[in-house]
Amino acid sequence: MKLKLKIWRQRNSSDKGKFASYAVENVNPEMSMLECLDVLNETLIERGEEPVAFEHDCREGICGSCGFMINGVAHGPERATTVCQLTMRHFKDGQELVLEPWRARAFPPLKDLVVDRRSFDRIIEAGGYVSVSTGNAPDGNTIPIGKDTADHAMDAAACIGCGACVAACPNASSALFTGAKISHLGLLPQGQIEQDQRALNMVAQMNIEGFGNCTNIGECTGACPKEIPLEVIATMNRDYRRASSKSHKNHVRSVRPMTEWSNGSKLDIDPHATS
Amino acid sequence: MTLDARTPSGPIDKAWEKTLFDMKLVNPANKRKHTILVIGSGLAGASAAASLGELGYNVRCFCFQDSPRRAHSIAAQGGINAAKNYQNDGDSVYRLFYDTVKGGDFRSREANVYRLAENSVKIIDQCVAQGVPFAREYGGSLANRSFGGALVSRTFYARGQTGQQLLLGAYQALERQIHAGKIKMFPRTEILDIIVIDGQARGLVTRNLITGDLSVHMGDAVVMATGGYGNVYYLSTNAKGSNATAIWRAYKRGALFANPCYTQIHPTCIPVSGDYQSKLTLMSESLRNDGRIWVPKAKGDKRPPNQIPPEDRDYYLERRYPAFGNLVPRDVASRNAKNVCDEGRGVGETGLGVYLDFKDAISRLGEQTIRERYGNLFDMYQRITDEDPYKVPMRIYPAIHYTMGGLWVDYYLQSTIPGLFVAGEANFSDHGANRLGASALMQGLSDGYFIIPYTVGDYLAKAKPAKVDESHPAVREAVVGVQQNIARLLSIKGKRTVDSFHRELGKIVWEYCGMSRTAQGLEKAIVEIRALREEFWQNVTVPGSGNDINQSLEKAGRVADFFELAELMCIDARQRNESCGGHFREEYQTAEGEAQRDDEHYSYVAAWGYTGPDSAPALNKEPLEFEYVHPSQRSYK
Repeated sequence: MKLKLKIWRQRNSSDKGKFASYAVENVNPEMSMLECLDVLNETLIERGEEPVAFEHDCREGICGSCGFMINGVAHGPERATTVCQLTMRHFKDGQELVLEPWRARAFPPLKDLVVDRRSFDRIIEAGGYVSVSTGNAPDGNTIPIGKDTADHAMDAAACIGCGACVAACPNASSALFTGAKISHLGLLPQGQIEQDQRALNMVAQMNIEGFGNCTNIGECTGACPKEIPLEVIATMNRDYRRASSKSHKNHVRSVRPMTEWSNGSKLDIDPHATS
Repeated sequence: MTLDARTPSGPIDKAWEKTLFDMKLVNPANKRKHTILVIGSGLAGASAAASLGELGYNVRCFCFQDSPRRAHSIAAQGGINAAKNYQNDGDSVYRLFYDTVKGGDFRSREANVYRLAENSVKIIDQCVAQGVPFAREYGGSLANRSFGGALVSRTFYARGQTGQQLLLGAYQALERQIHAGKIKMFPRTEILDIIVIDGQARGLVTRNLITGDLSVHMGDAVVMATGGYGNVYYLSTNAKGSNATAIWRAYKRGALFANPCYTQIHPTCIPVSGDYQSKLTLMSESLRNDGRIWVPKAKGDKRPPNQIPPEDRDYYLERRYPAFGNLVPRDVASRNAKNVCDEGRGVGETGLGVYLDFKDAISRLGEQTIRERYGNLFDMYQRITDEDPYKVPMRIYPAIHYTMGGLWVDYYLQSTIPGLFVAGEANFSDHGANRLGASALMQGLSDGYFIIPYTVGDYLAKAKPAKVDESHPAVREAVVGVQQNIARLLSIKGKRTVDSFHRELGKIVWEYCGMSRTAQGLEKAIVEIRALREEFWQNVTVPGSGNDINQSLEKAGRVADFFELAELMCIDARQRNESCGGHFREEYQTAEGEAQRDDEHYSYVAAWGYTGPDSAPALNKEPLEFEYVHPSQRSYK
C-alpha cells in the first residue's frame, strides 16, 4: 500500500518548524508505524536529506520512548497501542497521516517528533518512591497484601511514562501520570507511610512544571496505551486534599525545572590536532 | 597474562560472608569525597547508583535514553528467580546454585553463582519494600510460578511486566537519591571512551545527544552496567538503542572480553514477517508452562493448524524430552525449533516458525484462567499478527535475546582495569554458556544492590586513587580520538545507509555464529565481516552534523563497534572446539544431536585482550574448577 505522510519538521528547539509531505510507497500492512518511518528515513538518507528524528527504543510497547500524534490522536487510532506496535493494516491505501510531536508547555520540542519529557522524571523525583534504602527490607511475606489490592496497584503501576495522556489532554495536564504513581504506592502498605507528603510534593511539582489542571475530560485514559484508569486522578485529588488539611506539619519540597542540558567539563580541543 | 579471579577459599556457603568481612571500609565521612561514574540506568546501573548514593558517595549516572526509566531491563516479562522456598517444594539456595551452574553447562564460576543464589532472597525483600506490585495469592502471600528449565516454583512476577516493575523500583530509588543531591543524572548522554590514568579507570568522554557537546567526567571508579551486545545481530529482542560501545571502548583500553561467543537464543519470539523488520518481539517463556509446541509430522503440510488432527502432529519437545517436555532450557528449545524447520516442517508463510498451542490448556483450565495468566501477552500477539491465540495456535521462532559473554570480571566484579567495575549483562560472570529463564533480573539486581556497593568501597579504601583532573594528557588524547572518529564518520559521505550495513552484518553473524556454528562457517564469516567493515568505512553515509540530534551518527558509531565485536565473537566461537550451552558447534554433538562438551580441553573462560587494530586478539584462559557441582552431560530427558 501507499501512504502520504505529512510530518512536523523542526530543526531544533529555537526553530519555528513546519509540516513537510512525503509519499511512502511499498508500505507493508504488517509493518509498524515506526518501521514505516524507518523505510521513509532510508529513502531520505539515500537522497542526501536529513531523516525524520523520532524517539524509540524497545519497540515492544513497554519502554515509553515512542509516541506522537497521528491525525490528532496520541499513538494513533488503535486502543491500548503505542506507535511501535501500531501496524499499518489499520490504515487505508492512499491515506494521508499527519504526524506531530506531543504538544505541551512542559514538553519543550527538541527536533521533529522528539520532545523533552524530563518534567515527568522530576515529578517522580519530588516524591514518587518509598523511602527505603538498600538493606532495610524485612522478609517479603511479612506484610500480606490482598490479591485485589496488589492487582489494583499493578493496574496503576503499569504506566510507561510516554506522555500520551498529556498530549491528549486539552489542558496538557499530567494528572493521569501523577495519579498513577500516587495510586500505585498509596494502595500498598509500604507506600502508605509517605502518602500525604507524596501527594503534596508531586502535585506541587506538576504545577511548577507548567502542566495544566485536570477538568475531568478523560481524553488521557482514552489515549493511554496501558489503559490507566481515570480513578487514579480521583485518588490523587483525595490524597492531596486530605494531606492539605493537615498541612501544618508538611513542608512541600519541589525540584527546580530546567530546560538546559548538563555536561561534564568541556575541553577546548581542535579535532584535527594530532596529539 | 595470569588472570586472578580473587575467588575466596574455604566453604562456598561462607565465601561471600568472609569476603565481606575481609573488605576494607571507607570512612563514612570520606565517602562524599569520592565520585563514582555509573554508566547505564537499567536494573544493575540504577540499583548500583542508588545504593552507592545511599551510602554517601557522589554518583554521576549516565544513560542514552531521555529518562533512566527506559533502560531495556524494562522489557523483561516473565519474572525473577529467588530461592525463597515459599512453595515448600524443596527449593534452597544450594538448589538454585546447582540449577544455574548446570543450566550454564558448567562454564561459569561456582563461587559467583553461589553468591547470586544467596542474594536472590534479599532482592525480593528489597523490591517488596520499595512497593513493587508482585503477584499475590488470595491470602496475601507472594505468588510464584515455575519457569523455563526449573522443576521448582521459584519465579516471582508482576503480571507480564516484571522487568518494568523492578526497574521502576530501582528508578524510583535512583530518583530519590537525585532529590537528595547524591546522584547527578545525565540522560541523553553517550559514553564514547573511557579514560585510564596510571592503569586505573578515572574518567569518561561523553557526548550529549541533544547538543552534540563532548565533555569529560572524572571520578575515582567507573561502573559499567550497559547491558548486552545482542544488537550485533541487527534483529534481536534488544531495544534499538542497546549497544556495546562503552564495553568495547573499555576492551580497547585494556579490559579483557570474556566468552563473546556465548549468546542466547530465546525460543519464543514472534517470527519475522518481512525485510523491513526492525526488531523481534519476545513472548514470555512462561507461555511454555501451558502451551504445547508442535509442528506437522509431514514436510510441507500446509493445512491450517486446527485442521491437522492430533495423529499428524509432532509434539517434538514432549517426544524427545519426556521429563521436561515443553519446559526444556532455552538453548535446547531453540535448537530443536531450528531442526524441525530445517527439516521443512516449519509453519507460517516463511516456514520459519513452530506452533505454540493453548487449546489443551484452555479446555483443561478454561479460557478465563489462561486470560488471567497470559492476557497481556495474548493481546500483544494479536496486536502484531492480527491472529487470535485463544482460537489459533501462536507461531513462534527463536531470536537472539541475551549475551552471556561480556567484560571479564573477578569475584569483586572488577575488570582487568583496576577501578573499572562491570555489572549486569555487560559482564560475563554468572550464567556460563546458557542463562536460565528469570535469572537476568536476579543477576542485575544482585550485582547492583548487593555486590557493587561493597566492592567499589573496598577498591577505594585499598587503591586510594590519587587526585587527577582534566589537564592530564590521557584526557586530551581520549577526547581527540573521539572527535576524530566522529569527524571521520561524517566525512565519508558514501552511498549506503548505516542500517543497510547493520542489517547485512546481522545476517552474516546470524548465519554463521547464531544457533549452530561450524569451523568452516566461522572462518567464512570472519572474512565477510572484515570485507563489509572495510566497505563501511569507505561507503557509509551519515547525514547532518555533529552539533545536534543526529540519530544516524549515533547509530554509525555503534555499528562501527559491532563490526569489531562481531569478528571477536566468531574468533571465540572458532577456537572453542566443543558445544556448550548456547554455543553449538555442529562438529561436536552426541549421537542424539545434543551439545557435546569437552571438559578436558575447554573447561575455561576465554578472555580476549586487545592488541591493536591490525593484530589478532590475545587469548587468556581462566580455568574453571568444579568443587560442588560435578560436570555431567546435561540431560532433560
